[in-house]
Amino acid sequence: MSAISVAGVSKSFGATSVLREVSLDVVDGTTVSLLGPSGSGKSTLLRIIAGLESPEAGTVTIDGVDVTARPTHERGVGVVFQDQALFPHLDVGGNVAFGLRMRGVARSSRPQRVAEVLSVVGLPGYERRDPATLSGGEAQRVALARALAPWPRVVLLDEPLAALDQLLRERLLLELRSVFDTLGVTVVAVTHDPTEAGALGHRVAVLLDGRLAQVADPGEVLSHPVSAAVAGLVGHRNVTDGVVSDGMVTCPWGRFGAGGSADGPVSVLVRPDGVTSSPDGDLEGVVTGRIFRGGSAFAVVEAAERPALDVRAEPGWHVGDRVRLAVDPGAVHVMAR
Amino acid sequence: MTARVDRRRLVTAAVFAAPVAFLTVFFAIPAGTLISTGLRDGGTWDLGAVVDVLASSSTRRVAWFTLWQAAVSTLATVVVALPAAWVIGRVRIPGRSLFSAVLVVPFVLPTVVVGTAFLAVLDRGGPLGHLRQTATAVVAAHVFFNYAVIARTVGAAWLAVDPATEEAARTLGASRWLAFRTVTLPQLRPALAGAASIVFLFTFTSFGVVKILGGPRIATIEVEIHRVTTELLDLRVAAVLSLLQLAAVVAALVLYRRAGRRRGGGRLWAGSSGLRRPVGAQWVLVAWTIASAGALLGIPIASLVWRSFDNASGPGLAYYRALDTVGRGSVAFVPPTEAIRNSFVFAFAAATAALVVGGLAAIGLHRLGGRARGFADGSLMLPLGTSAVTIGLGFLIALDEHPLDLRTSPILIPAAQAIIAVPFVVRTVLPALDAVPARLRDAAASLGASPWRVWTSIDLRLLRRPAFVAYGFAFAISLGEFGATVFIARADAPTVPVAIFRALGQPGALNVGQAMALSTILLTMTTLVMLVVDRVGDARVGGF
Repeated sequence: MSAISVAGVSKSFGATSVLREVSLDVVDGTTVSLLGPSGSGKSTLLRIIAGLESPEAGTVTIDGVDVTARPTHERGVGVVFQDQALFPHLDVGGNVAFGLRMRGVARSSRPQRVAEVLSVVGLPGYERRDPATLSGGEAQRVALARALAPWPRVVLLDEPLAALDQLLRERLLLELRSVFDTLGVTVVAVTHDPTEAGALGHRVAVLLDGRLAQVADPGEVLSHPVSAAVAGLVGHRNVTDGVVSDGMVTCPWGRFGAGGSADGPVSVLVRPDGVTSSPDGDLEGVVTGRIFRGGSAFAVVEAAERPALDVRAEPGWHVGDRVRLAVDPGAVHVMAR
Repeated sequence: MTARVDRRRLVTAAVFAAPVAFLTVFFAIPAGTLISTGLRDGGTWDLGAVVDVLASSSTRRVAWFTLWQAAVSTLATVVVALPAAWVIGRVRIPGRSLFSAVLVVPFVLPTVVVGTAFLAVLDRGGPLGHLRQTATAVVAAHVFFNYAVIARTVGAAWLAVDPATEEAARTLGASRWLAFRTVTLPQLRPALAGAASIVFLFTFTSFGVVKILGGPRIATIEVEIHRVTTELLDLRVAAVLSLLQLAAVVAALVLYRRAGRRRGGGRLWAGSSGLRRPVGAQWVLVAWTIASAGALLGIPIASLVWRSFDNASGPGLAYYRALDTVGRGSVAFVPPTEAIRNSFVFAFAAATAALVVGGLAAIGLHRLGGRARGFADGSLMLPLGTSAVTIGLGFLIALDEHPLDLRTSPILIPAAQAIIAVPFVVRTVLPALDAVPARLRDAAASLGASPWRVWTSIDLRLLRRPAFVAYGFAFAISLGEFGATVFIARADAPTVPVAIFRALGQPGALNVGQAMALSTILLTMTTLVMLVVDRVGDARVGGF
């Protein structure tokens, strides 16, 4: 069943429409990543689920109960904020115990729960620390512990790792995943980073201009984005316009099978790993740049009258080299325009 | 949803109830009465008095003196204090922050103490005795009093100027002086203009310093209002003069805000420190600045303390011992020690009232948004633009009739002092409240805190320090308040500043000596209060 169900939610600030009839279901015990560029409305959707904003239309249901009219403090959701928002006047223990205090947990049984969640996030014995003395990673874990302490049914993360450096981010990503799996909580995580969205979410919901563009598992969003915009958001660079007729798509990079798309104008995506150096390839171009990305070298190959192609660089390539490329038809993906 | 919005409005209105009631009785009604006294005659509007007052040569003389002494005082303060701003903002020397902290002392001193301290410097028969009762003495005291406003405000701005901009100018071929003039100075101009406007406002409305140092010949509008009220008993002319004063101040404030809007947001620089060790001739400037600041600020205070001990039979406690008696040749109705007790009682009451009224007003303002907030904020700040003398005069005229006959009420003086302190409380509490990150409230709410518990467990906890600072500042203001209190203090219940003023008005070495002793005590009390405030709260007070 769905632990969180958002139905037909709309919201605007002044004349700007931020969310337009968004509907989203999150299955009990799973994580959905809300992926979108800044200004796509993803944080607003999160705040509406948390009860920090109220929608103009639509409903929010948590565990089968319509909570749309309920104020935040009666929803029982745990929220981890982007900048952590730790209470500066309380120590780490006081921060983590805050939710227990508010929910009327007896003073005597709080320390046990605080110690419990602090060790879940890997910070046992941190109770007496002043939040100001914590590193970014530690502060983020305390924020998570604070949200988890009052046994929330649902946990919401707003760009949980945006403030951290790359290395720490990856480690925390895996930790978050394992904590959520252990506890079996339902999670919605907002992020603008496709890597984060893929690592954290069982499913990824792509939000563009206040509308849900695609909801699917991470691999599907990566390999089969529904539109040029979604493809761009998850990091694809080889996207261009094409036309489908007679089951084939024609684009500046060649003519390929259209995979059952209807006739008419479309967007075409060529995944970089499907483009290889080949002496009898159809595409000829000049290497104009080299980029290291995730431990591999990529090259930009430009040819007259064609959009540049982003491809895996061969070891011997240098800027200025003339190369020939072949496109694997299986790496071509046609999207509606 | 509308139910929630309506309840929010209701709570905001309830929060504003007490401040509005207090400001209506103790500010709006006195101000209104003052206006009708000045502009109405026997139930009809009559501008005759205004015309008479404006046409009189004495008014023109007083207005002209007020204007030019304020201009000269402001210019002199800027020139004298600018090197100190440079030391605070650009020079890496040990004790730099201590230097900056010590500079504030004169600014928090009561005006009566400043006046008395300069009287001590200009001792009759001393090397500077010929400067008694001259405009020079008044300007010097104003520089002493306002030095910190320029030095610290501009110094802080200087600290925030990215030194790389000046270095870039130097690499582009500008000499040190040219780089300062074309790159640094323009970046300092907003702070400089703002600080100079404040100094102008303070010196334009100066009362205590001029009253004590100026003698019978020198008067600002403020002093003239007091003279006309107490010597000529002409409330009508006094009222017209305070309206004239009010108009000038409002005009100045409007100009100041206009200038402020054009100032815009300078980019705040958060890079590594721009403080540099002085090199070569810079050491001379640093040494001169610190030495001259030490002399300017130290000599008056030292002279005051010395004069309080130095009596006919040599250094001793004679003047202090005489404080608990109604001495021969003294016209005090009560021993001066009584005045110390009065000052403390009034200051406790006034600071408490100011914290409650100003605190509630700040909370209300914080809850308001947009245009409503701007309007309410402006109205609450009106007492700040109104001089203490005007408030005192308003109390004198307005609060003597049924049902507001408070002439003999003990709440009169604390109420006037609270009106003066309220804007400072608001200016201390409101920024602190605005600075509470909204995310903290969101986080608390998501953890199950109801709006009331969010307020008590987050906002109130984070407001403790600023509230304490505001209370301490209000207390210090009340201790030293003179302009309003002198109008309404009863002869048998003076405060310390009023007792000092009365003692100075009497002949005889004992009276002068007692004034010096009382001033030294007031100086000590004020400094102690501010020290405690400084230790406990690092919040900025009233925007300075």
